[in-house]
Amino acid sequence: MTTDTNMKSPEAAAVPPSGPAPVKKRVPRGRKRLLTRRDRITLGFMAGVPTVLHVALVWVTALASIALAFTSWDGIGFDSIKWVGLDNFKQLFSDNPQFWPAVEHNVIWFVVLILIPTPFGLFLAVQLDKQIRFSRVYQTAFFLPVVVSLAVTGFVWQLVYNPDTGLINSLIGANKPGHYIDWIGDPHLNLWAVLIAASWRHTGYMMILYLAGLKGVDPSLREASSLDGANEWQTFKNVIFPTLRPTNTVVLVVTIIEALRAFDLVFVFNKGAQGTELLSILITNNIIGESSRIGYGSAIAVVLLVISLVVIIPYLISTFRKERSA
Amino acid sequence: MRDLSSSLPSPSRRGLLKGMGGAALLGAGIPLLSACGSSDSGSDSKTVTLGSNQSDAVPKKAYGEIYTAFTKQSKLTVKVNTKDHNTFQEQINSYLQGTPDDVFNWFAGYRMQFFAAKGLASPIDDVWEKIGDNFPDAMKKLSKGADGKYYFVPLVTYPWAIFYRKSVFAQHGYEVPTTWDAFIALCKQMKKDGLVPIAFGDKDAWPAMGTFDQLNFRTNGYDFHVDLMAGKASWTDAKVKTVFDHWAEILPYHQDGFMGRTWQDAAQTLVAKKAGMYVLGTFVAQQFTNKADLDDLDFFAFPEINSAYGQDTVEAPADGFMVSKSPKNKAGVTKLMEYLGTPEAEQIYLKSDTSVVAASNKADTSSYTPLQKKAYEMITGAKSLTQFMDRDSRPDFTSTVMQPSLQKFLQNPKGIDSLLSSIERQKKTIFASG
Repeated sequence: MTTDTNMKSPEAAAVPPSGPAPVKKRVPRGRKRLLTRRDRITLGFMAGVPTVLHVALVWVTALASIALAFTSWDGIGFDSIKWVGLDNFKQLFSDNPQFWPAVEHNVIWFVVLILIPTPFGLFLAVQLDKQIRFSRVYQTAFFLPVVVSLAVTGFVWQLVYNPDTGLINSLIGANKPGHYIDWIGDPHLNLWAVLIAASWRHTGYMMILYLAGLKGVDPSLREASSLDGANEWQTFKNVIFPTLRPTNTVVLVVTIIEALRAFDLVFVFNKGAQGTELLSILITNNIIGESSRIGYGSAIAVVLLVISLVVIIPYLISTFRKERSA
Repeated sequence: MRDLSSSLPSPSRRGLLKGMGGAALLGAGIPLLSACGSSDSGSDSKTVTLGSNQSDAVPKKAYGEIYTAFTKQSKLTVKVNTKDHNTFQEQINSYLQGTPDDVFNWFAGYRMQFFAAKGLASPIDDVWEKIGDNFPDAMKKLSKGADGKYYFVPLVTYPWAIFYRKSVFAQHGYEVPTTWDAFIALCKQMKKDGLVPIAFGDKDAWPAMGTFDQLNFRTNGYDFHVDLMAGKASWTDAKVKTVFDHWAEILPYHQDGFMGRTWQDAAQTLVAKKAGMYVLGTFVAQQFTNKADLDDLDFFAFPEINSAYGQDTVEAPADGFMVSKSPKNKAGVTKLMEYLGTPEAEQIYLKSDTSVVAASNKADTSSYTPLQKKAYEMITGAKSLTQFMDRDSRPDFTSTVMQPSLQKFLQNPKGIDSLLSSIERQKKTIFASG
């Protein structure tokens, strides 16, 4: 769970720091100072409370889970915390039969999202940007899956995939002994079945991001390229797409985050059983429950944190560099 | 932000003040939040609080009737705090460490002993002095912690067995198999007759544990099963391998696509007479909503595999009550627990829920349905009672190791050797963590 908040922290960090407002600057003569002593206390309070909350809820929990990754703890009383060094990681890398499949599935999740729904979302955005008729209806239809909670999405798709009574098997008659398609249970099928549901949602998300990006493209660029005799594809390839570069960066980061935090859909679908293991689900299974393995679960969370940082840090560096040069 | 002080228009002062009000509220909210845990009315000597995991309609009503009867008799009110069944289980750890209710619903076996050993429950030997005569020895054994003190009052229990439809057996002339060979022969015949021999759904990952338990104590006996669950016996032992060999033998007769099916859906194939048999607890009866279908439902004990053990062990999980570590109304709690340990309390419950039987051997069985009577005889006739894999062993081991491992076996029965050594390696680290 802590990883989820961790992943948000870089975003939060990207927002300019909200420290106390600089009050040194003198206001023009003849007027009183704008901020009274009381105002400054208020401002300090307003900045202080969120800071304390942020530190307590994000940084302390993140650091605590890193520390716990080197311990063995069942979550009952602080005196039962035992220091075990790297044992959790050793076990994780060598003995846990679910760990490597989980890593692999998170990677597959990312690759599929970036290769299928992302280009498709871009395609839809380009079409909608042409102001075709009923554009708003299509826009709403494609965006609807994004609005619905992923847990609900999971339930709906479960009804579609249910091997006995689901829509697909009922239609194609694959729910009889002998020719049976177990969409949810078969380890060769279930990840792809879930990914279709995930892509269904991701397409709408990407479409909206690209649509926003396309609205920002200067219309004169299009005009210029059509004057130069470029056809639609050439215009898109050489003029429009290059201007979408900032959007592409956002899309890439969003997709990576989506792939790393993939959880709800699979948890509802089959709780990450054979074939759909994910890091986030391994963490949950180890930490939440009657007698939890908090140390071990934290070790998996740390692995997820490290992967997230490897991905997010280069993005942050490039963002800050741009801001500085701007 | 940079030009805040120079560009601030004057009306925003009011905004600042508003913000301050908000912050003050927030500041006041924090102590409020932390206080609400302790502002319970539990200090009231006329009330006993009870944390309940019985969120389903039938048991919720049945339990409620027990508390009403108790209130009438003792003038003590039971304040019930019901939580969703699964949520209750997931949160039990933090619930018991926080400010738990005086009494809470829980399960017998290792699951109970675990919290007793952690000091999160109160011993109730004084209660058992009064109610001890109401229970058979097997139940007494189930209610004790590892330290030999009592921590649990059982209320109801239900056996696991093989369920079938009487009409289906009559129609095809099947006989109840009592030996492994007869069982296999029956499976073969059912397949020939176009039935699914064994209904199965393992989407929730726990039903497979029930099959494992049956196969293990039939093959290796109660003592080995208990040792294996307690982490003492080795999973790489040839005896465990034999269990999986037997399982692999009947696996082809299981319903297709079980990994994506819930136990409820699997039960529906038995209801629809498409399946011949189903290994489950008596709660399968809940899926038989039609009275005629329910009357047609019957069961038999899992067949004998090793004649040394016959059919002497019955898996019968018991549900009941425990007392939290420092109940606010100790006297009231003792009274309530004593009441819950009486046959009367059990009978009140069983009037509303006929899918289980009383844990006490004093309860009146005259109003039992034929199914309940049979279940009761099965339990009282058993030499040993087991709970269930996740109640007889460490829950962290069963949920993080056994559930995925059994699912892996079901997908690929041939890779059993490497699977068992993987289970054994993981078991060692989990049981070593204390």
